[in-house]
Amino acid sequence: MKDKRPVNLDMLSIRLPITAWASITHRATGVFLFAGIALMLWTLDASLASPESFASLQESFNSPLLKLIIWAVMAALIYHSLAGIKHLIMDMGIGETMAGGVLGARIVIALSVVFILVAGIWIW
Amino acid sequence: MVTAVTSMGRSGLYDWLMQRVSAVILLAYFLYVGGVLVCGVDYGAWKELFSQTWMRVFSMLALVSLGVHAWVGLWAVFTDYLTERMMGSTGNVLRLLAQFLCGITMFTYVVWGIQILWGL
Repeated sequence: MKDKRPVNLDMLSIRLPITAWASITHRATGVFLFAGIALMLWTLDASLASPESFASLQESFNSPLLKLIIWAVMAALIYHSLAGIKHLIMDMGIGETMAGGVLGARIVIALSVVFILVAGIWIW
Repeated sequence: MVTAVTSMGRSGLYDWLMQRVSAVILLAYFLYVGGVLVCGVDYGAWKELFSQTWMRVFSMLALVSLGVHAWVGLWAVFTDYLTERMMGSTGNVLRLLAQFLCGITMFTYVVWGIQILWGL
């Protein structure tokens, strides 16, 4: 492979198709969830340690900031799960065409929006 | 043949499979715990659930799967963006540092999980 060939990786001049957005969001939510696990483990710890810590955890869930952070983690988990299920379906050979890929990305994004809104309503 | 030394199983096919197996385990776990939370639990029922051996095994399985899943996923991210092509030889140093920190973090998560589940 020649090194002199021009490479355009200027993200501002590339118009990404919806499948690319679906893919990069899957990655971004995955990285975010890796940090989100710390919050989940902390919550699990506080919820199991004692009746008092369980009660104070419930108390701290009233904080709007914590609600927002939990919603963000849940949103990432919802999107990452749905995009992951799409991958498993595509592994079975379903929707592997360009049109299928675009449709799959649209379905994942649409379902995510619905589930994320429902999660938001549940939290508040 | 050059073998990828920092990937999960030194083989793309193995990584691909581990990524899927761990994903299904994690999905099952989050659906189950999510379902319990949506139904609503008090401290007694919640504690009772996590005192069951099967739930502790299921939780540890999910946490170890998370380690595998995150390693494969973050390996793909790091080897795409923290590279020699992107930023010269700094990329190699940053990538190995990022993978080291990622490994330490996952190990800490697993130990923390054991402590939560069995340290009651």
